[in-house]
Amino acid sequence: MPKTQTYTLNMGPQHPSTHGVLQLELELDGEQVVKAIPYMGYLHRGIEKLAESRTYTQFIPYTDRLDYVASMGNNLGYCQTVEKLIEIEIPERAEYLRIIMTELNRIASHLLFMSSLAIDLGATTGMIYGFRDRETVLDLFDMVCGARLTYNYIRIGGVADDIPPEFIPATQKFLGDFPKILEEYHNLLTGNEILYYRLKNTGIINGKQALEVGLTGPCLRASGVDYDIRKVESYGIYDRFDFAVPLGENGDNWDRYIVRMEEMVESSKIIAQAIAQLPEGPFMAKVPKVLKPPAGDVYHRIENPRGELGFYIVSDGTTKPYRTHVRRPSFINLQALDEVCKGLLIADVVAVLATLDPLMGEVDC
Amino acid sequence: MQEVIGLFAISEILRGLLSQYFSNPQWIDLFMALINLGGILTVISMSAIVLVYAERKISAYMQVRIGPNRVGPWGTIQSVADMIKLMSKEDIIPDSADKKMWILAPVLLFIPSAAVYAVFPFDRQAIFADLNIGIFYFIAVASQSTLPFLMAGWSSNSKYALVGGMRTVAQMLSYEVPMAFSIVGVVMLTGSMRMSDIVAAQQHGWFIFLQPVAFVVYMIAAIAETNRAPFDLVECESELVAGPFTEYSGMRWALFFLAEYSNLLAASAIATTLFLGGWNGPWLPGWLWFFLKIGVMIFVFMWFRWTFPRLRIDQLMTFGWKVLLPLALVNVLITGIGIYSYKLFS
Repeated sequence: MPKTQTYTLNMGPQHPSTHGVLQLELELDGEQVVKAIPYMGYLHRGIEKLAESRTYTQFIPYTDRLDYVASMGNNLGYCQTVEKLIEIEIPERAEYLRIIMTELNRIASHLLFMSSLAIDLGATTGMIYGFRDRETVLDLFDMVCGARLTYNYIRIGGVADDIPPEFIPATQKFLGDFPKILEEYHNLLTGNEILYYRLKNTGIINGKQALEVGLTGPCLRASGVDYDIRKVESYGIYDRFDFAVPLGENGDNWDRYIVRMEEMVESSKIIAQAIAQLPEGPFMAKVPKVLKPPAGDVYHRIENPRGELGFYIVSDGTTKPYRTHVRRPSFINLQALDEVCKGLLIADVVAVLATLDPLMGEVDC
Repeated sequence: MQEVIGLFAISEILRGLLSQYFSNPQWIDLFMALINLGGILTVISMSAIVLVYAERKISAYMQVRIGPNRVGPWGTIQSVADMIKLMSKEDIIPDSADKKMWILAPVLLFIPSAAVYAVFPFDRQAIFADLNIGIFYFIAVASQSTLPFLMAGWSSNSKYALVGGMRTVAQMLSYEVPMAFSIVGVVMLTGSMRMSDIVAAQQHGWFIFLQPVAFVVYMIAAIAETNRAPFDLVECESELVAGPFTEYSGMRWALFFLAEYSNLLAASAIATTLFLGGWNGPWLPGWLWFFLKIGVMIFVFMWFRWTFPRLRIDQLMTFGWKVLLPLALVNVLITGIGIYSYKLFS
């Protein structure tokens, strides 16, 4: 037996498939991974520190820059946390609009997940198709708030503006087309033998391991753990909607893919119900111009497309928070990488990274 | 009509013209050889330009995009602009590279991919060298392109390039075997390795109908040999950045690119010759038929590339050795039994 040696390969921060500026230090034995260490911090902007010198309202645009493909969720998480702190009632219409927006954003985010998974596996066409339909959702957001990526739409006490009259028909058209679009993806990607064998039984993480690492969101549910904050600790008005929580079995790459594909269907169901129930009325509560929450601390969490997004705010009774901490799902999900990648091939590392779906804006905060 | 604008007729006219200026027939032969050589090299270099444009337009069509549409009408001279850009780029040689090998690799890769064109029957009697071992020559020369990939990967002194180079060797060696065996079926039917004989034997029926399994095996192996998706593990950009080409830029990188498209054309030309009847076809001149069939084959190759995800290296090896090779061997066996029983009953 000839003597072999492991070698290290620096994957990133300039690499086509590390989803931005993630650096992986892979210790490889031939093509097999012995160790995978993620290095982060290339996108660190000190958002938590910035929060300390901004008023509560001023911080909302910064949350857009956390998980920048699901900004509505970030807005919602932060605003609900502050609302919990100052104890304010939100108008019905605003609650419904918030649900519609966050669920639309979940679809957009999962479409981006599917696209990046496709291109990481070499299926370029799948990516373009995903982006084509994500564009439709972004156009809807454009109608509502004029932005395609960083919305700053959900505000403390409601939403920034009422929806324009053309929004509802356009959304309904998108929802009507959505089953057809999904079928196209299933024909192109899900039904593809190569994709199936690339994803099935690779990157397995079982439910116990997943809980130990602290996985949340679709990654945790793919391991078979029924944990969706929308159900477990319902926030907003999620308890009024009828939707299922898709679960996986093995916690492999394939399950993580399928769970997200099914979540998109559930999201579209929620949006359809919300549009049907959407009441008339004000979209903004009466909020004082200068927010001075009482001294104290508050933690609130929501189900973002990537997992449990939590905000912890300590208030000292002034206009600015004493401390703001963000529990970023991508950051914590990334901890699973080393565990999942052991013994896999280089090609699988890319697939695992795609299905864990970390977003560097959120990892580095 | 078919005879008049056939390539052989054109070469006869040229020969006649030359004989007015040169009395020595050896000089005429030399000039004709040079003209043929020039023609083949033109085809190779033009093919890259045309195929790059075609690839971009076809992929755009498949991906609900528009594709290049700025340079020239419908973006037709986009590839020319690309070529000019590549040629005018700075020539960067990495410091830690093994310079001689590094410089030699793209050139060496291009040589075999151009040399295989010597045995392609473009038209009736229009073949540069009608060797009696034509198809054997193709396999032998085409397999030489494995080494330059390894050279490029090794001499770049970069880990991505090295892994890519190693993958190339594993992939190309293991797919050469089923490819050769799939061709054996056709050779058994013809009883000759001469390209002109193989084409002549298909005058009344293409071998794709007699050897469908061999055709499928050949197609898959040819995609792997030309390193195209779903077998583009060599340069898979999502894992290895660009495999052995990672450190190359400018014209040196363009040579790899040229060789890739030249290989694609060669693989399609062999598929046309072996399975689709070569230049056989009614009404149109033979060379036009030849290029039309090549076009169809290339379209199929591109179709694969823009539809499928990439395989993993272990799946690739398993598929090559455990599926394709047995399939090709069984095909050889069945062809043998078929030929034997055909002889027995007729």
